[in-house]
Amino acid sequence: MQDVDLAIKEMAATLKSLMVKKSIENPLMIGIHSGGLWVAEKLHAEMGLQKQLGEIDISFYRDDFTRIGVNPQVKPSNIPMSVEGENIILVDDVLYTGRTIRAALNEIFDYGRPDSVTLAVLVDRGERELPMQADVIGLQLDLSPQKQVKLTGPTPLALEIINT
Amino acid sequence: MMTLIKNGRIIDPANNTDVVADLYIENGVIAEANNKATIDKTIDASGKWVVPGFIDINTELREPGYEHKATIQSETKAAVKSGFTSLCCSPNTKPVLDSTAVVRFILDKSVEAGFAKVLPTGALTIGLDGKALSEMNSLHKAGCVAMNQAANSNMDAATLRGALLYAETFNIPVILKAEDASIRGQGCVHDGSVSSRLGLPGISPSAETVAIAQIIALLEETNARVHITGLSTAKGVAMIASAQRAGLKITADTHAHQLHLTEQDMLGFDANYHLNPPLRTAEDRDALIEGIAKGVISAVSSGHQPHQPDAKLAPFPSTAAGISSLETVLPLMLELVQRKLLSEQQMIACLSQGPAELLGLSAGSLSVGNVADICVIDPLATWQAAGDLWQSAGLNSPYFGQQMIGQVSQTLVNGKLVFEK
Amino acid sequence: MSNAGKIDSLSKLIPDHCQLQLTSNNQLKHFLTIEGLSKELLTEIMDVAESFYAVADQPVKKVPILRGKTIVNLFFENSTRTRTTFELAAKRLSADVMNINIATSATSKGESVLDTIRNLEAMQVDMFVVRHADSGAAHFIASHVAPHVSVINAGDGQHAHPTQAMLDMFTIRRVKKDFSPLKVAIVGDILHSRVARSQIEALNTLGVKEVRVIAPKTLLPADTDALGVDVYDDLQSGLKDVDVVIMLRLQKERMQGALLPSKQEYFDCFGLTEQKLKVAKPDVMVMHPGPVNRGIEMDAAVADGPHSVILQQVTNGIAIRMAIMTMTLSPTRISKPEVAKP
Repeated sequence: MQDVDLAIKEMAATLKSLMVKKSIENPLMIGIHSGGLWVAEKLHAEMGLQKQLGEIDISFYRDDFTRIGVNPQVKPSNIPMSVEGENIILVDDVLYTGRTIRAALNEIFDYGRPDSVTLAVLVDRGERELPMQADVIGLQLDLSPQKQVKLTGPTPLALEIINT
Repeated sequence: MMTLIKNGRIIDPANNTDVVADLYIENGVIAEANNKATIDKTIDASGKWVVPGFIDINTELREPGYEHKATIQSETKAAVKSGFTSLCCSPNTKPVLDSTAVVRFILDKSVEAGFAKVLPTGALTIGLDGKALSEMNSLHKAGCVAMNQAANSNMDAATLRGALLYAETFNIPVILKAEDASIRGQGCVHDGSVSSRLGLPGISPSAETVAIAQIIALLEETNARVHITGLSTAKGVAMIASAQRAGLKITADTHAHQLHLTEQDMLGFDANYHLNPPLRTAEDRDALIEGIAKGVISAVSSGHQPHQPDAKLAPFPSTAAGISSLETVLPLMLELVQRKLLSEQQMIACLSQGPAELLGLSAGSLSVGNVADICVIDPLATWQAAGDLWQSAGLNSPYFGQQMIGQVSQTLVNGKLVFEK
Repeated sequence: MSNAGKIDSLSKLIPDHCQLQLTSNNQLKHFLTIEGLSKELLTEIMDVAESFYAVADQPVKKVPILRGKTIVNLFFENSTRTRTTFELAAKRLSADVMNINIATSATSKGESVLDTIRNLEAMQVDMFVVRHADSGAAHFIASHVAPHVSVINAGDGQHAHPTQAMLDMFTIRRVKKDFSPLKVAIVGDILHSRVARSQIEALNTLGVKEVRVIAPKTLLPADTDALGVDVYDDLQSGLKDVDVVIMLRLQKERMQGALLPSKQEYFDCFGLTEQKLKVAKPDVMVMHPGPVNRGIEMDAAVADGPHSVILQQVTNGIAIRMAIMTMTLSPTRISKPEVAKP
């Protein structure tokens, strides 16, 4: 069984050195609902970031919207400040096809023009459909397409692998 | 020239006849049975009914003036295919049927077409304006069998009173649609559950009964006579029955589809159900059928109103009212017989003898010496109301495309075969 | 006395024309009337609207859902209010919007409704939002548009105004939460009101306890049983213990014909004042589709008072219209986010 808490601690450490390397002093962390937000909350605390954590729901920005339809449980996005000129750390739980990240980038750029976006994901399971890559990865998993990986939470955080 | 219609079930209510027998026609007239005569033409009517050709008191031929909807040629041809040998056309043509020139035009056109006979009804008032009386006597002499105010129920009581008296002077029947225009207003459906639910402006039954009450009061005073066409309410039937019992000269017809369809049959906003008078309730429909059975209603008319497709291609209230109904009269009436709501004699009577009597015509029966206007009916034949089997220029019928039971095999006008299936 | 039981037999009254707005698996294709829509679907619309509600509070008041779609507001009847809320809803969904006011365009020169539609369709339109003076107009248009085009009824004659009814239901739900114990009274010109017909349909489908109509006899339809309502002809008894009062707008024309004598008499008998509201429940909601005729339907004290939710109705109207536009132009089922692959 994967140790999620340990993976997040390691991500935090990697992110810290990455921020130093990029000369970013005060990044704005944004978590993607819901799993990405849970991971971001832990990372935000672990890294002791100053700026308040932001959250976005990308349901309205999905490109497979017209095939999948509207999710009535959409939560409001809440980014506590303008993204203009900010260095963003975008956090999600699972990186798979890359569509969620593409939607998140679109939404962030609708709010303004950040200086940079660093992507941190808890799980990278490969099989991209779009050219997206994470800068910081907690766990690399190789799963068959019949399997789905889900982050359950918020307490405790655990990874579940289920058959679809 | 001797024609023999062989072995059919002859139903002739005027002569109280219902028997399987042969019918002889000589030189365009019904002849005595003569089994020694040389027959020029034989029609085998085994298993079929032989009846007087139907007479329709209420049809719109659309010519002159509305030829984009239909013509005398197309509709008289549809008529004989449907068993009708005579059609009383409505005067709401363009120009209005208020001059002898228009009468002659229509008569010439119908003779030229060579199908059903047309019996014009003249406009009761000039231009159907409801204000000035038309030259009723001249129109009558030129060939109009009655005077008719059509759908223009906009006469004030004084003018109506005068019109009835004037027509009575010359013994001319007057045909009226019983409708009070102010109560009808912008209504386009019966004022009932469907109008309440769908928010379509309604026509209350009082639009009909107020007009009937006015007519009855005028008849009481003037001793004139009136034929109400297109009756639609139970209350109207009751009022007319009561007036008839009191000895007033009032007769009535209803349209064949009013004996079947009600407001509940309206399929949402399908404009093929936009009619005037509107389809009312089941109680009204049942009262109309009973009215026929009891003789209060002595005729059934088609109320035929063919339209071009555009007339029905708009939101419901903006569409033209009316259905192309000539070709479904026979199957609809046969269904009432099949359901034992009317007898065969009653059905044939209200399509032939009844209309003839109220118009004072020596027609509508198979008496020897009468002009041979005859139709041979196959009561069980099924056909689909579409394609080549639909003759009218108007396709606007809620029955269009459906299976019908009951079809005409042959129709003779003046003894001449004008239609054969 | 519950109206819910009347619905089953009434549904047989209106067959096919309700099916036109649904796809073969009961998704919304057009939005023409509340009739024939299930309680589940109405609830879904309100749930989707709830998710759009917060969009208005965000700094970027747009979502890209209908980007690239062209929506035409086709108004054969004038209406600035309704048209602008539809326009705003469409723009918040990133759609392109065209406004056509027919009174000043080709149709007043005799172009038929059908020709107007065909000409606009030739410009690759995705949706028509239609308001027309004839009952059944939206259905007529929906039955003649190309297969990919959706039609939303913004009011057809006296028949239906389904988006108004939905925003009213949404408003009620946001305040009262549960529909089942509610007694709702609708006051005014029921006979001529498409808003009332749609509201009554929605309230009965959502299963409220009572739907009452309060009006003089001249402003009631012939068959109120067919609507599934209880009729009152005085305000005192009609408003007793109600949870929600919906005041309908009275049109000036009604006071010229043989329907009503004067504004003053209407206000005396059927106009809402704080005093008259006292017989209702203490937390009664007062609603009005707007704009309010102050001094005719209600006095200023009520319109601006603590019971009034009239302004919330306007805000809710945008979220509801965003939801309905989204659901009709989006052909598949609403689903949980986990089904989508990140």
